[in-house]
Amino acid sequence: MFANFMINAWTVATIVAVIAGVVGFFVVLRGSAFAAHAIPNGAFAGAAGASLVGINTLVGLGVFAVLAALGIGALGRRGRNDVVTALALVVMLALGAVFLSQTTEYEPEIFSLLFGEVLGVASNEILPVAVLGVVCIAAVLVLYRPLILSSVVPDIGESKGVSSQRMEMVFLVVVALATAMTVPVVGALLIFSLMIGPPAAARSFTNRPPLAILLSVAIALATVWAAIAISFVTNWPIGFFVGALSALSFGVGRAWVAWRRTRTVRLETASTTLAQT
Amino acid sequence: MRWIFEPGFFSSHAVHVACAVGSIVAVVSGVVGVFTVMRGQSFAGHSLADVATAGGSGAFLVGISPLFGFVAGGVVGAGAMEAIGVRRARGRDLATGIVLGAAIGLAALFLYLSTTQTSTTGASQQILFGSIFSTVSSTVPIVAIFSVVCLGIMALVHRPLLLSSVSTDMAAARGVPVRVVALLYMLALALAVGLSSLAIGAILSTALLIGPAAIALRLTKRIGWAMAAAALSGVSAVLVGVLLAYDSYYWSSTHAYWPVSFFIVVIIFLGYLATELPFVRTATTRRGGSEPSAGTEVQQ
Repeated sequence: MFANFMINAWTVATIVAVIAGVVGFFVVLRGSAFAAHAIPNGAFAGAAGASLVGINTLVGLGVFAVLAALGIGALGRRGRNDVVTALALVVMLALGAVFLSQTTEYEPEIFSLLFGEVLGVASNEILPVAVLGVVCIAAVLVLYRPLILSSVVPDIGESKGVSSQRMEMVFLVVVALATAMTVPVVGALLIFSLMIGPPAAARSFTNRPPLAILLSVAIALATVWAAIAISFVTNWPIGFFVGALSALSFGVGRAWVAWRRTRTVRLETASTTLAQT
Repeated sequence: MRWIFEPGFFSSHAVHVACAVGSIVAVVSGVVGVFTVMRGQSFAGHSLADVATAGGSGAFLVGISPLFGFVAGGVVGAGAMEAIGVRRARGRDLATGIVLGAAIGLAALFLYLSTTQTSTTGASQQILFGSIFSTVSSTVPIVAIFSVVCLGIMALVHRPLLLSSVSTDMAAARGVPVRVVALLYMLALALAVGLSSLAIGAILSTALLIGPAAIALRLTKRIGWAMAAAALSGVSAVLVGVLLAYDSYYWSSTHAYWPVSFFIVVIIFLGYLATELPFVRTATTRRGGSEPSAGTEVQQ
């Protein structure tokens, strides 16, 4: 499991989990789950296009992901965000379908772009992923306060000079960058579960943003590491385990919230009965 | 005429089936989609297509008809979203995302197992992208039956649904069983999306659900007109798209059909962009049209 050819997989998956944990916290906080689903899918179309014209896949991924983010941000200004996101998503996927229909790319390639192929990471793929990862984390750190402000109380943010529309644009681009580097590793469809499940679970346990981000990263790391290990043993696709474990962590978080609530109610009733006697 | 309709267009069996299935799906999606856009549930509408796909690939694996997989997957997914759904819109998106993520994971597993065990090549691509041209003509009556069921549910609930989409509190005060109505609507949505993603693929399913409805709600604020306009623009996009895809065979020297989903999606997207144009917007505003946002001004 820790043989030489697996080292790359562990390294890249760890970077991916850290990014997904940090960026995902804001995705959940802002309620941009749909955009976080649409952008990786758009990036997938870019990868298909890049392989058609024969350039580096990472370029295609990046260009299409950023285009999708800017398109959603620009068109979503007036109209409803979810309608625009849905339309951007289908346009990107339709382009992907055209690219695929014109190439002779064979099935496993497509499958791995959609569902990820963490075991096939080459050494020279690690550096771009790490660089983009550092850029994403740095962007989040720089934007940390205004981002939280405009996510939680957009009106107060506006009054303090934080344009929530510009913030949305910038944030979607960060999501796009985070996506572009992670799609080849965990796949277009599963980076999404990693950006939703662990952060949502983390928010069930704590309301303090820094703590929630750390917890979200920890859960994402645990999810990815466990997924690789089980996938290595069973030979089943890693995507399945990432999806299942993310949903599981969310379920545990919800159960914890429910349990806390019933316990407080029970304590309150107990204390009132005590007071009455 | 020969320049528009390439030889064999009217006699091709595949074209007939594609037009029939595409039109049925476009009508149902348009009617259901108006409510989807008004209630801000585009994400759920799209996710159900992926969830249904997971069901379909599961059915493919165990060897039963994918139809039951698609419909069952959609219905179970819709139920799960309602069950963990939180009232606030953000919470609803999160619930949708969790269900979607789990379903995609399952789809990955099913597809992997079916490609390694039965070595059926092209399974994942066909299930994900589908093709309106590869629809078997025997599915047409089944699609029609489920569409009638779906339209029946919509006819049954559309008045209380409209009220509760505009204001949940007002609907509850008037004695509308809000949860039941929402659940019935999700059932109709799941049926519509499950069928359309089986018949024409997940991409087109979302495009036909959201696009025409969004266009229609930009043009009129009367719900009946909006449904009719959505159905009409959906059907025309499908028919023109099928025609262009058929003709595309002769466009390049390689003689490869361009995917029909591409043409339909582009037509719908251009239509949506057209409603953004200034003169269209002023024309509709003068007639009293409004943004679909919040849906508060929608009249019966």
